[in-house]
Amino acid sequence: MAVYEHTYRQYEGPTTPEWSRFLIIPRHAYRSIFGSKLFIALFVACFIYPLIASIFIYLHHNVNAMAIMRVSFGDLVPIDAEFFQTFITVQGIIGFFLNMLVGPPLISRDLANNALPLYLCRPFSRAEYVIGKMSVVMILLSLIMWIPGLLLFGFQAYLEGGGWLWQNLHIALAIFVGSLVWILLLALLSQAVSALVKWRMAASAALLAIFFIPSAFGEIINNIFNTRGGHLISLRAIIGNIWSGLFGTFVRQTGSFRGRINGQRISFTLIEPPLWSAWLALILIGALCLYLLVRKVRAYEVVR
Amino acid sequence: MNSVIDLDGLSVDFGRPILKDLRAEMRGKAIGLLGPNGAGKTTLIHTLLGFHPPSRGTARIFDQDITAGAKQIRRFIGYMPERDSFIAKMTCVHFVRLMGELSGLPSETALERAHEALFYVGLGEARYRKLDTYSLGMKQLAKLAQAIVHGPKLIILDEPTNGLDPPTRLRMIKLIRDIRDSGQANIVLSSHLLRDVEETCDEILVLKEGRIAVYANLEEERKANRKFLEVETRGDNRAFVEAIGGLGCEYAQTGERRIKLVLQNGVEVRDLYKLAAERQIQIRRLNYKRDSLEDIFLKAMEDGNGQEFSAQTLTRN
Repeated sequence: MAVYEHTYRQYEGPTTPEWSRFLIIPRHAYRSIFGSKLFIALFVACFIYPLIASIFIYLHHNVNAMAIMRVSFGDLVPIDAEFFQTFITVQGIIGFFLNMLVGPPLISRDLANNALPLYLCRPFSRAEYVIGKMSVVMILLSLIMWIPGLLLFGFQAYLEGGGWLWQNLHIALAIFVGSLVWILLLALLSQAVSALVKWRMAASAALLAIFFIPSAFGEIINNIFNTRGGHLISLRAIIGNIWSGLFGTFVRQTGSFRGRINGQRISFTLIEPPLWSAWLALILIGALCLYLLVRKVRAYEVVR
Repeated sequence: MNSVIDLDGLSVDFGRPILKDLRAEMRGKAIGLLGPNGAGKTTLIHTLLGFHPPSRGTARIFDQDITAGAKQIRRFIGYMPERDSFIAKMTCVHFVRLMGELSGLPSETALERAHEALFYVGLGEARYRKLDTYSLGMKQLAKLAQAIVHGPKLIILDEPTNGLDPPTRLRMIKLIRDIRDSGQANIVLSSHLLRDVEETCDEILVLKEGRIAVYANLEEERKANRKFLEVETRGDNRAFVEAIGGLGCEYAQTGERRIKLVLQNGVEVRDLYKLAAERQIQIRRLNYKRDSLEDIFLKAMEDGNGQEFSAQTLTRN
């Protein structure tokens, strides 16, 4: 089929390894994603907090710099598990908005343009398609969450020296696992919504609603019934508890009340749901997303 | 020659039976898939591509089972879907390159072949334009380009000339014939346009209500060069028809006053006039006609039992 020959010929040359083909999707997707100025602005903004965090770490280990900036060691936040948990939380929130921009159109556009038969008539499975689409989000979020998180951890370990690295290795694990759990959840949620809702704006709105409406509803339950059980339906609380568990900062008793209501003496404590229930809720959400993806990602829908 | 597609009792159910016990061994360079709407053509294609699992039986493409070796089969298949199928916000060359890469071509090779494929189908000058800006004809050609970019051994084309203006249709037909004649790939062409199939295919499979109504080798039919006589009469022609049978001629009544027949050796046209005169029947028209695809198709559609039969049986009533 050479241009000058204008004849059809079969291809008998080498082919790429099958395991790597899912990466074709993110490679091509980034072309259009990085063509958006709004995305680039948000993506650059994602690196502001890591920069600030690295300055904090640097200041901690540079007495001259502290003197120039007229801050004392006591004024600086300690570089510990909470410092890195805050880092993951901030980056996770920004990552959510980045995901809102990138995730929803990925599958919905293909569904709207009947593109799925083109993917699936090739040696490319539905699983590879979904993994490919999810990896568009996962690679981007990795760039702003666990990769800079681990770099900061390494920076701190380098400056601190001694046995700090080995004593705090669990923080590195928490950065990696905590980020990965959040990234996976966001990727699954955005792709499930993308497979269900063909209109991009509606898909973005749905993603926002999934995050905020159950959280608000959970808080209402907590306030009315004086409990923390409402956190089980709040994505924000679920992931917050999981991160706390991973960083070792999880506290079950989060408050207590002692007083009189209508002349009656009342006292109760506010207990967070156990960590396993947060993990279970997360697994259930993930399973639901996978089920929706299995149902919707097909070459053709069969009308029975 | 090994079979290209071997249908082995293939049945597909979607709550109700769609394809029913299809059996045929197709060996043609270009196989035409014909049938009225809802006959099961597209379902058959989708089943061959592994989109729907067979409920009973199976099929083999180049001796590979479509269920056990689905992924293997898709390596050497190119598919052009019937409906508009694109990836949004892409230039045509980018789109075809992506499709090539998904088929397993290395990135650079995919780009090179995408350019070649687009020049081949005649979209060379428009290859950097976004697909959204393409006309219907250009979109059809772009779909053909993505189906051949990876140089498949079998190309499945679902209604490739749908909605095309005459010059673009001719271009599409020419391309299909060119691919067929290159000997580098076999073609399965699903179409409701008999002319397209007649111009490009050497074998046909006619589906009716999910069953094979006809599987015929057009090439052999053409080689046999069987000439039909189409006779239009006036008056009650029952006795005349019986008399034709008495001469040993194969015949079929295609309408109240129309008879198609093949003259036996030793029987002349004047014998027909003689028979007609004896039975006081007027012969209003008498034409020599080749056994066309249209005849085969129409006869298949008339046949109620939906059994598999060869084109030769069309004239035997």
